[in-house]
Amino acid sequence: MRKTPEVPSASMADIAFMLLIFFITATSMDVDSGLERVLPQMPPENQEQDDTPPIKERNVFSVLLDASNRLMVEGEIIRVEDLRLKTKEFLLNPSNIESLPESKPTEIPLLGNFDVSKGVISLRNDHGTQYGMYLAVQNELVAAVNEVRDELSSAKFGKKYANCTSEQQEAIRAAIPSRISEAEPKKVGGTK
Amino acid sequence: MSKFRKSADKETPAISTASLPDIVFMLLFFFMVTTTIRDVSLKVQVKIPTATELSKLEKKSLVSYIYVGTPQKQYTKVFGTEPRIQLNDQFAKPSDIANYIIAERASRDESEIPFMITSLKVDEFTKMQIVGDIKQELRKAAALHINYSARKAVENK
Repeated sequence: MRKTPEVPSASMADIAFMLLIFFITATSMDVDSGLERVLPQMPPENQEQDDTPPIKERNVFSVLLDASNRLMVEGEIIRVEDLRLKTKEFLLNPSNIESLPESKPTEIPLLGNFDVSKGVISLRNDHGTQYGMYLAVQNELVAAVNEVRDELSSAKFGKKYANCTSEQQEAIRAAIPSRISEAEPKKVGGTK
Repeated sequence: MSKFRKSADKETPAISTASLPDIVFMLLFFFMVTTTIRDVSLKVQVKIPTATELSKLEKKSLVSYIYVGTPQKQYTKVFGTEPRIQLNDQFAKPSDIANYIIAERASRDESEIPFMITSLKVDEFTKMQIVGDIKQELRKAAALHINYSARKAVENK
């Protein structure tokens, strides 16, 4: 019986190299990551006036960004680096200061009776604001909320928010809601 | 006489290349698994800003991308140097976004539609006006879940 000749496998490496080079060039390594936000729903068109009750001045944390990238928080111009601390102070209001938001005791599963802050962060930017600055501010606001959540979960459950079970996360989200509202952009001073 | 004496005429044996294909295939699979195929060629320059509170886009198949930035050099003659929107492979106007979202939805499975995310890859120096327009269009199209694409900031502490 004649032996069937073996298929030469010397070129296998070349073929594999070719495929490898194709994949290296055609693909990108970076994992896409970013700041996740949820936009508010578009109000229905026939809704003429807002019938939501007005929010008290002390419950609003107004953040303004103007065309020359200046940041104004609650009437004073501050640096982005100081925003996180100020936001945390607003969200927690540890010493119940009059000018900071009021809280409402709410029954939350796993946490019991908890004073939920009524504070709302209102972010408004100008048409001329740079996107990089806008994102930095958004990032600081989200960071402040995340830090407050982390602190609460460490105190209550002994671990970070991200490591909690979904029920615990839900309880913490209920205790510290992330209410960042964005107004429709308009001119907020500064000429450009 | 000794057993260990080197024979002068003996050549060093060639390194076996039999396992080379296996090694290369291993590399190949590594790259196939860890990377993603680039599906669009960028026509705008996008330098993504940095942030710290990042979340990863887990399911690539659910993400639609919107790019905003200044047109690349070869397009500046036609499209100018002002920031423009790119959807798929072409320049677009804010009013095209609604149709883009509808097309993206049509190409997905119906059960996946509620989990779709729009990733905004916007250049750092873009003015917010164009971003605001995009956000309004996305709200009209009810594509509310968005992700501002950002790089991890190097913390200087």
